Formats: sequence, structure tokens, C-alpha cells
Amino acid sequence: MAGKTLKSQTALTNLKKYCEEYLEGEYKIEVIDLLVQPQLAEGDQIFAVPTLVRKVPEPIRKIIGDLSNEEKVLVGLNIRPANKIL
Amino acid sequence: MAKDHKKDKKQFYYPQIPKTLTGITGLDEITSGGIPTGRPTLVCGEAGCGKTLLSLEFIVRGATEFNEPGVFMAFEEKTDELAINVASLGFDLNKLQANKKIKLDHVHIDRSEIEETGEYDLDGLFIRLGYAIDSIGAKRVVLDTIENLFAGLSNQGILRAELRRLFHWLKEKGVTAIITGERGDGPSLTRQGLEEYVSDCVILLDHRVINQISTRRLRIVKYRGSIHGTNEYPFLIDQDGISVLPVTSLNLEKEVSSGRVSSGIPALDKMLGGKGFFKGSSILVSGTAGTGKTSIAAYFANETCMRKERCLYFAFEESPRQIIRNMRSINVDLQKHVDSGLLEFQAARPTLHGLEQHLVSIHKQIKKFKPRTVILDPITNLITVGSVSEVKAMLIRLIDFLQEEQITVMFTALSLNTIVSEQTDEGVSSLVDAWLLVRDIEFNGERNRGMYIMKSRGMKHSNQVREFIITDNGIDLVEVYLGPDGVLTGSARESQKLAEKAGEVLRNNALNMKDREINRKRKVLEAKIAGLQTEFESVEEELNKIYVEEELVKNITSTNRHEITKLRRGES
Repeated sequence: MAGKTLKSQTALTNLKKYCEEYLEGEYKIEVIDLLVQPQLAEGDQIFAVPTLVRKVPEPIRKIIGDLSNEEKVLVGLNIRPANKIL
Repeated sequence: MAKDHKKDKKQFYYPQIPKTLTGITGLDEITSGGIPTGRPTLVCGEAGCGKTLLSLEFIVRGATEFNEPGVFMAFEEKTDELAINVASLGFDLNKLQANKKIKLDHVHIDRSEIEETGEYDLDGLFIRLGYAIDSIGAKRVVLDTIENLFAGLSNQGILRAELRRLFHWLKEKGVTAIITGERGDGPSLTRQGLEEYVSDCVILLDHRVINQISTRRLRIVKYRGSIHGTNEYPFLIDQDGISVLPVTSLNLEKEVSSGRVSSGIPALDKMLGGKGFFKGSSILVSGTAGTGKTSIAAYFANETCMRKERCLYFAFEESPRQIIRNMRSINVDLQKHVDSGLLEFQAARPTLHGLEQHLVSIHKQIKKFKPRTVILDPITNLITVGSVSEVKAMLIRLIDFLQEEQITVMFTALSLNTIVSEQTDEGVSSLVDAWLLVRDIEFNGERNRGMYIMKSRGMKHSNQVREFIITDNGIDLVEVYLGPDGVLTGSARESQKLAEKAGEVLRNNALNMKDREINRKRKVLEAKIAGLQTEFESVEEELNKIYVEEELVKNITSTNRHEITKLRRGES
């Protein structure tokens, strides 16, 4: 994310909600503020904000936006339909 | 800053928007000083027309020549791929990057990896770009090809809004940016209508294949607040990067010289007012096949080298060795000039590459060798790679360039049309300063060469046809025989000369005879006159005799009468 914008806050809130709901105790969220660490944007190929990067398991998945669509986030994180545990 | 001394150099007489030199050959001339400083410029065109290279060269030249670091953000190619691709042009991106002169950033967008949910913006891109700009103090930015965002992301509404914001942001940052875009279908310049956002300067690149030879062209579609060339300018990509060639310089304000250079053929110089061609002029030698055009050119080259001046010979038909061998047969040794470095041959088949490439390579060779004389032999062969008008346009530019450099140029042209007034020789005859025409004169079962000067601007020149003779000793021009039977050349001229000589002897003989006859006549007449004179004398004497006799008689008679009278008087 880049600064404490409304979109970032919404995304973080949504993410936490989904994680608590589906992956309780099995997740780790690292928040990077690009305004503080702009050099990290290149390495992770970030261009949109906010972006959720699922680093493990491979392959890397990116979900951009405020994560308001629960269905899409869950599919993107491979939680649904396979219901795999992160 | 670089743009400032460019301004000084170019001497703008009216305020212009600030411009940044691209460092790309020719482009800065067309835009009269480069692209707008601190604003985005759109470069659009089809795939493979050189957008990436143009923008990359802008960055590299900025870093190396103008000390303006630049950021290259690639949406298509990976940075190491880019580095390899342009290594052949002598751009060492890795080294420049290590020296913090440039920064390459590859933005990888893969739709399969990305899920979009809800609202987002492209702040990530802004931050990346901002960080890259700040880390090296960049003045130049390239976004190549930003339209790839549209392929990776589906929310067009957000994208468009963000792009608009991006361009504003770039302007605020004060960086001079080039954004590349793929040419769209139909009338739009780019597939995603980027021209809506970038309104200051739009450059269109184009790549066309005509007659199997491709030509790249560049056109400035718009340039707000500045004058610019509006034509389509051919450009080239070669080992030195991009070269754009303005078709014609906008003005005709070249320096002219009134110095003269000899053609190497004394008789020809004599036809040209005794001094030869003007220095820095253009000369066309045209004629049908085998009339000795190359020989004239070789003589001119030889003469240039004799004056210790450099000559560059572009041969489009024969190899240098062939020319040297052939010219040796007419007593011209070009090899020694090649050895001394005064003469350089550049031989290439015209079909080797397109006209533009020819022009650029000619330009380059000339810039490198700095000759005083250039020979192109023959220009007609160029027609195989372009249309007449293209060849003409190319030659205009070449002549322009050469005149600016004060280089004398000689073209040879093969004319297929034997009707002089109809032939135009690629239309260059109107451009050149002097035009020599070598013609076959077929007469009396043989073929001879006749030469005349069709035009020679600014000097007195002979209007006569001269016979052009090539012998073991070289070229010479002799006056043709103008007799009652018309123009006679070759052996006909020789035999006419002999016939004249014989006639003269005969005439002399006849004259002598006449003289003697007159003498004889005179003698006869004189003899006659003498006879008549004596006859007259005898007649005169006869007449005189009678007269004397009569006198005598008269005297005697009178004496007698006197005596008788005396006697009668009785006085005896």
C-alpha cells in the first residue's frame, strides 16, 4: 500500500476478515508501505495500490484492489474452490 | 544545461518553448531543438518500427552526451533483454546503469497472476517511477509501452483516470518523457487513444515495404508551441542508432564559392570558359552505355588527387579493382592515389539496401573521409531500389548536403532515352549546376562519341559539339568537322580531312597551271602588240614618205617657177 489511504485501509480490513474467517492461525500478513520503502516496489513488481501478494505457496499471485469482492479474493488466494489451506 | 547552449547555437530569433535535445541525428533538426522539456511526448507506430529504440536512444544519448540521467521503464521487454538488444548499437546499458546514469525498470504484468477486486490505483507505479527518478536524479523518462497496462488490467475506467494522472504527475516532476504507444486501427494514432492525454508533441513512426525494400519514416503529427518539419522523414536504424534525414533543408542559404576546379581534361576546361567547374558545384555526366562516363569521372578523380585533395568515389556498378584496371588502359593510374590515401572507393550494389540507407552511408562516409570531391557512378542504378521521385528526393538531399559542405560532386547517369530534350536523368538535370552530355554519333558504319555541355550555370561555356576520343594516352576532345554533309566524326572526319588535303594540292596545282597560262597569254599578247607596233611604224613611214615627197615636189616646183620667171624677164 502507499500511505494510509481509504482504499488501503479497506483492503487491509477485508483481508484480515477473510483470513480470520478461513485461515485462522495459518497466515502471516506483512504490510509494506511504499511511501516508506519505495525500493521494494520494483522487486515485487508492484504497480497498482493496494496489491495483495500471496508469496507462498508458489506460484505468486497478486490481487489488486480493495479486496471488496470476497469471492474473487478467495479464488485468487486459492482458498476456494479447492479450499486449500494456506 | 544542454538545451541552453543548443538555443545559443541555433540562434532562435523568437521565444520558443524550452526544448530538450534528443541527441538523435536529424530529429533535433526537424523539431528545431528537440522535444518539449518537462513534458511528455508520444511516440507511436506499428510493431517493429523502432519506437523502443528511439526512446532508448533518447535516454542513452541524454546520459552520455547531455549529462541528463534517464529512467527507462519497460512494460514489454526485460531489462537484460533490452541490454542485449541494443548492445549491437554500442550502448552499454549495464555499465550506464552501474554508473547511475540510467535506470532500467521492467514492469511485469501478467494477467494470469493478477486478480482485480474493487477499487485500486496505480500509485505503485508512480512510487516506483518516482523512486527511480529520484535515485539517479533523472531528467528523462521513457515509458515503453504503457499500453501493456491495458492488456494486463481489465478496469479501463481506473486505467484511463490513472494514466491522465500519470501524465500530469510527470509534468509536475518536470521530467522530459517519451511515452510509446502501439499504432491503432483506423484513424487513431494509438490503440488506447493515448494521444488524448499527451497533447504537446506526437511523433508517428511508420514502416513501409515498397518493392521489397523497407523504409522507415517519421512524422511529427503535432508539436504545440513550436514550429516543426511537417513532412514524413525517412529514418534509419544502423550501427550508430537512429538517423533521421530531413528531406530538404528549409532554406537555400548556402555559401557559394567562385573558385574553379579543373575537370582533368584540358579541352573540357577550355569549353568551360577555360577554368573548369565551380568549386562545390554539382556536375552531371550523362550518356548512353559505353560513352565514357566513368572515364570522365575517373579523370576528375585523378585530377582532384593530383591537387592533393581527397576524393571519395562511390561505385554502384563496378568494383574498385575493375575501375582501377580499366582506367589504367587510358593512362590514368588511380592505384597510386588509393595507396596514398587520397582516393577512397566505396563500392556497393544499389540493391544492398534501400535508398535511405544509401544516403546515410554516403553521409557517413563523407563525414568520415572529408573529401573535396565526391563521385557517384552511376546514379541511374539507384533506380532499381526506388522510384524516380524517391531517387530525385534523395539526390536533392545529397546535393544539399554536399553544397553545404562545399564539396564538388560528379554524378554519372546512364540515359536510356536518346532524345535529349526528353530525358531528365532522374530529374536531377534541373538540380545540377553543370550538365555534360556524352552521346553516340552513329555515322558511316561506326560509332563515335560526341560531347557537349548542356548547361553550366554561371559561366561562359562552349555551345559546340566536340568529339570525345578515348585513346591509350587518355581522353581528349577534338573539334568535329562541320562540312557541307553535316557533322562528321571519327574516321569520316579523318577521311574528310585527307580529302581536303588532297583537294588543296589539286587546287594548288590548278592554280599554278592557270598562272602559267596567263603568263603565256600575256607573252603572246605582248608579241602581237610588238608586231602591230612595227607595222604601224612602217605605215607611218610610208605615209610620211608621201608627205616629204610632196613637200619636195612643192619646193622644187616653186624653185623652178622662180627660175623660169627670172629667165623670162631676161635677166640672166
